[in-house]
Amino acid sequence: MSEPRRSTPVADLKLVNLSKIYGGFAAVDDLTLTIPGGSFFALLGPSGCGKTTALRMVAGLENPASGQIFVGERNITGLKAYKRPVNTVFQSYALFPHLDIFENVAFGLRRRGVKDVTDSVKRMLELVELTPMARRKPGQLSGGQQQRVAVARALINEPDVLLLDEPLGALDLKLRRQMQIELKRIQVEVGTTFVHVTHDQEEAMTMADTIAVMNQGRIEQLGAPTQIYENPATVFVANFLGQCNLIPGQITGGDGDNAVLSANGFNFAVPRSRIHASGSSAIIGVRPEKITMYWADEPLPEGHNRLEGTVTDVSFTGVSTQYLVKVPWGQELVVFEQNLSLEELSRRGEKVQIGWAPGHTFALDGAEDISAGMGAHVVGV
Amino acid sequence: MTTAAAVGPARRRARIAYLLLLPGVAWLAIFFVIPLISLFFTSLQVSTGSSGKYKAGFNWQNYVEALSEYWEFFLRALIYAGIATVLALVIAYPLAYFIAQKAGRWRALMLVLVVAPFFASFLLRTYAWKTILADDSLITQSLNWMHLLPDGRILNTSLAVIAGLTYNFLPFMILPLYVALDKIDPRLIEAGSDLYASPFTTFRKVTWPLSMPGVVAGTLLTFIPAAGDYINAELLGSTKDKMIGNAIQTNFIEFRDYPMASALSFILMAAILIIVTVYIRRAGTEDLV
Repeated sequence: MSEPRRSTPVADLKLVNLSKIYGGFAAVDDLTLTIPGGSFFALLGPSGCGKTTALRMVAGLENPASGQIFVGERNITGLKAYKRPVNTVFQSYALFPHLDIFENVAFGLRRRGVKDVTDSVKRMLELVELTPMARRKPGQLSGGQQQRVAVARALINEPDVLLLDEPLGALDLKLRRQMQIELKRIQVEVGTTFVHVTHDQEEAMTMADTIAVMNQGRIEQLGAPTQIYENPATVFVANFLGQCNLIPGQITGGDGDNAVLSANGFNFAVPRSRIHASGSSAIIGVRPEKITMYWADEPLPEGHNRLEGTVTDVSFTGVSTQYLVKVPWGQELVVFEQNLSLEELSRRGEKVQIGWAPGHTFALDGAEDISAGMGAHVVGV
Repeated sequence: MTTAAAVGPARRRARIAYLLLLPGVAWLAIFFVIPLISLFFTSLQVSTGSSGKYKAGFNWQNYVEALSEYWEFFLRALIYAGIATVLALVIAYPLAYFIAQKAGRWRALMLVLVVAPFFASFLLRTYAWKTILADDSLITQSLNWMHLLPDGRILNTSLAVIAGLTYNFLPFMILPLYVALDKIDPRLIEAGSDLYASPFTTFRKVTWPLSMPGVVAGTLLTFIPAAGDYINAELLGSTKDKMIGNAIQTNFIEFRDYPMASALSFILMAAILIIVTVYIRRAGTEDLV
């Protein structure tokens, strides 16, 4: 079997102070970003956050108002789209309906005057497992197959960067899961830099090595999926990537590695490395699956943050049970419990204790809007 | 009741489809097929010696005479209609492209403007062209001033006939082209440029082939009526610019030579049918989505 992996080293993609203005509104606002060569990079954000605009500027389909784009050392800002070493997988695939699959995939090579395209096209169709479809028209293929043609059509050109604009948005849930794994496999196999734009946080976390969370034309946080999920730097990121319990409080002191934050008369320990507040006002955060429920008289592990409360809602979802627990100041915290024990579920109205490790706690700047990123959240994917 | 129950929903649906076809089929039978048959028999009638009087027969000689006497009129009709069709395509394509892909909020207004000439009668508009192209008109005089007219005039030349045909049938070219170009996803054009095709190559390899159904429909809708037209040649051309439509009209109305007029009509129909069939085969539209 032939090896499609590229032979030349992969260049970094660099965006420097990139901006795009639409009618006085900055769709992309002074964006500076380096995407390491060969990585699977996700630009994640709600619709209208500027991620697609940023991608289109890299593709050359939109002109930036200011700023530069580099592939390696080469400035491509002024280059026409058809001269850039970059290819795109479009949101609706944009396959040429009048050409068959073979000719769709061969399109880029033919435009660059490659004489014999047959071998490359065959190798590419093999990579995306569509060899028997070569002579079909795009209209005769399923959504998932069309998606793979779009990937093959772009990748065959061995671009320095492959841009994917919401590539799985049109697929149903099951197919999307399959394609996530498929795309990741292809990326590892060819070694090209993939820049993936999506509004689906799970999709981004499943596939990407690095995620940049975008909001209002700017990057809120950049890092590995685990890092930005476990230790979000802003309220927007905390809320946008999965669910989060947020409690407004104050930084009041500390001992050793942990700071002590107080909220509504209760104290919580938070590691100093996980505090992102500039002043003393802070928002304490903990994700629902990090919280453990205890019976009212049960002892908690040493040093854990602890609260008493009353169960107000129980919903069984199969892998876990989701509880709402009303804590003394009236806020309802979300708790996910894995369904491990054979014990009876806690019932509505029951008095319980909840606790979590300080290492699972983080603190965000108290000046931020506590609901940022909530409405933007995409549920059920 | 029992028979109604026996007829399944599929059968009933088929029956509704036939019912929907009925008005159209009846109309065509009464106003197209029957006259066509009558026309065919007229074309074979035999002269009785007195003008306007003919008797039934199978005089195939009518066709031989029609061709030998009027072949130039046929040729002129096909050439004028062909040139007018090409001109209309060249004028209409960029316009339709602009309306479909770039006009934005002006699109509806522009489409209304394309259709607007239909609010005035075809005959009236062609008469207006007589004035526009007259020897002392602004257009003729300014073109003459630039020494662009070989004959020194436009009216009563073949140029005027072709210009008139182009103008009169232009909307029939623009509308199908607009429909075809409007259906093209702008992302396909972006995909072309993303895949190393310059704007010109993208046009050649993506836009043009995808607009083929519109090109074929538009050229047919222009060429067929233009080839049979006689108003433009009558009003804008000289006696040397007469087309086959004029010959048919003169034979029918002035000479009252009904067999000759009918034979000419049949030959014209056959010629157009052959040209259109060859054209559609060559354009390969059945291959398009």
